[in-house]
Amino acid sequence: MIESVDMSLVDWSRAQFALTAMYHWIFVPLTLGLTFIIAIMETIYVKTGNPEWGKITRFWMKLFGINFAIGVATGIILEFEFGTNWSKYSWFVGDIFGAPLAIEGIMAFFLESTFIAVMFFGWGKVSKKFHLVSTWLVAVGSNLSALWILVANAWMQKPVGMQFNPETARNEMVNFWEVALSPTAVNKFLHTISSAYVLSAVFVIGVSAWYLLKNRELVFARKSIIVAAIFGFLTSVYTIGTGDGSARHVAKDQPMKFAAMEGLYNGQEGAGLVALGVFSSSETDPKNENLKDFAMKIEIPNILSYMAFMDWNAFVPGIHDLIDGNEKQGIMSANEKIERGKVALAKLKAFKEARKSGDKELAEKLKTEFLAKNFQDNYFKYFGYAYITDTNQLIPNVPLLFYSFHIMVGIGMFFMFLFIYALYLIIRKKAIKHKLFLRVAIWSIPLAYLASQAGWIVAEVGRQPWVIQDLMPTMAAVSHISTGAVQTTFWLFTIIFTTLLIAELRIMFRQIKNGPNS
Amino acid sequence: MFETLSHLALQQYWWVIISLLAALLVFMMFVQGGQSLIYNLAKNDEDRDILLMSIGTKWEITFTTLVTFGGAFFASFPLFYSTSFGGAYWVWMAILFCFVIQAVSYSYRKSPANFLGQKTFDAFLFINGLGGTILIGTAVGTFFNGAMFSVNEMNFSKWETPYGGLEAVLNYHNVALGLAIFFLARIIALMYFRISIDDKVIFDRTKKHLAINVIPFLVFFLLFVIALMFKPGYAYDAQGFVKVEPYKYLHNLLELPVVTVVFLGGVVAVLWGIFTAYFKDSKKSIWVAGPGVVATVFALFLFTGLNNTSFYPSTFDAQSSLTIVNASSSKFTLTAMSYVSLFVPFVMAYIWYVWKQLSKTTIDRELAKNDYH
Repeated sequence: MIESVDMSLVDWSRAQFALTAMYHWIFVPLTLGLTFIIAIMETIYVKTGNPEWGKITRFWMKLFGINFAIGVATGIILEFEFGTNWSKYSWFVGDIFGAPLAIEGIMAFFLESTFIAVMFFGWGKVSKKFHLVSTWLVAVGSNLSALWILVANAWMQKPVGMQFNPETARNEMVNFWEVALSPTAVNKFLHTISSAYVLSAVFVIGVSAWYLLKNRELVFARKSIIVAAIFGFLTSVYTIGTGDGSARHVAKDQPMKFAAMEGLYNGQEGAGLVALGVFSSSETDPKNENLKDFAMKIEIPNILSYMAFMDWNAFVPGIHDLIDGNEKQGIMSANEKIERGKVALAKLKAFKEARKSGDKELAEKLKTEFLAKNFQDNYFKYFGYAYITDTNQLIPNVPLLFYSFHIMVGIGMFFMFLFIYALYLIIRKKAIKHKLFLRVAIWSIPLAYLASQAGWIVAEVGRQPWVIQDLMPTMAAVSHISTGAVQTTFWLFTIIFTTLLIAELRIMFRQIKNGPNS
Repeated sequence: MFETLSHLALQQYWWVIISLLAALLVFMMFVQGGQSLIYNLAKNDEDRDILLMSIGTKWEITFTTLVTFGGAFFASFPLFYSTSFGGAYWVWMAILFCFVIQAVSYSYRKSPANFLGQKTFDAFLFINGLGGTILIGTAVGTFFNGAMFSVNEMNFSKWETPYGGLEAVLNYHNVALGLAIFFLARIIALMYFRISIDDKVIFDRTKKHLAINVIPFLVFFLLFVIALMFKPGYAYDAQGFVKVEPYKYLHNLLELPVVTVVFLGGVVAVLWGIFTAYFKDSKKSIWVAGPGVVATVFALFLFTGLNNTSFYPSTFDAQSSLTIVNASSSKFTLTAMSYVSLFVPFVMAYIWYVWKQLSKTTIDRELAKNDYH
């Protein structure tokens, strides 16, 4: 099972997946949130019969359509890349991971793709009410698809509801509801979609602010801002709440990711939260370039302990504790985990050998030992560590995670105030005069995308080297293909995605410039 | 309900679902067939707008069917997913490329400030129509003719040629299926244009193009089916041992009478649909030929996986061949997924309802001029 792994293949495969996922994630949040904003606007239109709301709905729907198409294009590649680039992963977890993907297709994608045709082509062909229902169903469908893919993603971060089967050499689902409703999955879903709603609200406010700044489409812009600011404020509060929940899950299930997010090298009781920090170029450990020292930091005492464990004085393990172990705190060293992982792998191989040689008695004995609770809890639990050749591989890029996490949180907080202030200015009819606010609102659009991408980095780069936490590292998951093949497709996708992104932006900008009356 | 079924029964049930999705996908590829006709059937930009507006309301369903087909295959037979996708890398990447460029083209081709130009996006749609159908058909051909891969004791697979699946085009039987699907997609597209577009000029042109596409379709389809009946297949016994069996697919035809009836019924329906479209100028021939396509492809897929047949044979190592038994998900997962499959009729019902609503207005030149977005 352990073969010589070409690390450049692993790196290129990771790069390709990251490229696809990050491009996909440029478009998806706007789809998730804008559909609800459009559905709210159309509901007002149907309720009031005011044609202005009809115009507003149609305009945002046009922008939605431009964005939606490219999200679909990048999405299909992601699904297939699980097989093309991560074929060993596909088998190792296909029994669990495939199910949410299939459910996503049957329950969500069809809903979305069927009713989106009504949304765009149904004006005047179907009744207003049926059109409105279709718009809501597109919103529900797109968010349902997010649910299932995030259930699958959450399972990779916290594997639950499964049992490893040595006969098939894979993890198999034993409890569907434990997978679908795991607290990690629920929290991840709520945090992700609420952050997407925030991004969409910022988008609507930013575009509307541009019209106000240009003294155009004033009624349209004011009405759009009201809907987006209320929607954005409510969802930003919710995003902060779910973010808090997510942090606790990470602290418990992925302590290395949590330590890296905070740049915590040495564990402490009553650990402080680094509110602001800048890394120096020097390393705390010359053997690992990821472990950069802080050049400066502003720390708020005890907050990190509370954030992680709801206890002001709780011990939060640092990176060194997780690598070297901390007997006092009951933390096992990485080397010990590696040894235990190797024991688990060796037993699996012995079982397979016995099966192959036809020694049924030995095979059954080894299988029983392998599946014993004690062995599962103390050895199989660290199965993926068998592939780790250097404990430094277990440490993700600390500065990247630290900055990404803080950028995401900082921008998220800022948006909450932006929404409140936008609402205040609109209600007081002062927005048009407040040029600085309007400019800030416009420039908040790229900030929202920056925060969104930063969130993706925290979640996905932060779990490295694991593709499935503690059970399978990326180097064991990769397909048996040539590095050259992946390099070629990486550059091809880079060219295609970038070209399509430029096309999308130009079309979007022109549509905005033309305005809702075009 | 599903808990009482054996693992084998669930595996067979899921092969039926996969076959149904494949059949619906091939039918829905009339969208691709229509795209491949935009330079032949349309004589000018206005014609093209009408054609693309007509299939533009359907492309997402085809796309979604493809995605669901992939997801369902992953969920029910993950060893196929990991073996074929990870091995036939270039084939799947080429298919993906064809579909990526399609997704944006409908929305962007007429948009202002579209810096690639309408002609580029029209070309993208044509490439998708041509490449998407032929490549998928050729890839499906390997279900009958096999591929060079091995699977080790940990069920990790390895492709045993350096060509990443491109070697499939060297087998005439694979290519015959790819071309048959391509021409079939065009035929169904022509029938779809007849029912959805209210325009005499286009209607008249569909007749000429029916003749052009029916002949190669029949040639490649008959070549594929006749060769299939005479070729050996890979069969497995109760212990899972795989061996080559002469005339395996002919045996399946004889040993699975219900499937054979579905297959023959499907073929007759397709031919009858073509006949009424050409000789009787029927506008509604798609209602006969469409279900015929679904029945034919459904039955062909059932022949590949049922009756102890390896649905993805390995020509490198027969014992690595994939069957519905050794490639499937666990009993628990298949049971859970089976409950989800109960949504399929509901999904089909609301798609039907929505299409009916949207089809109340047929497309004409005036509508296309005003409404194309």
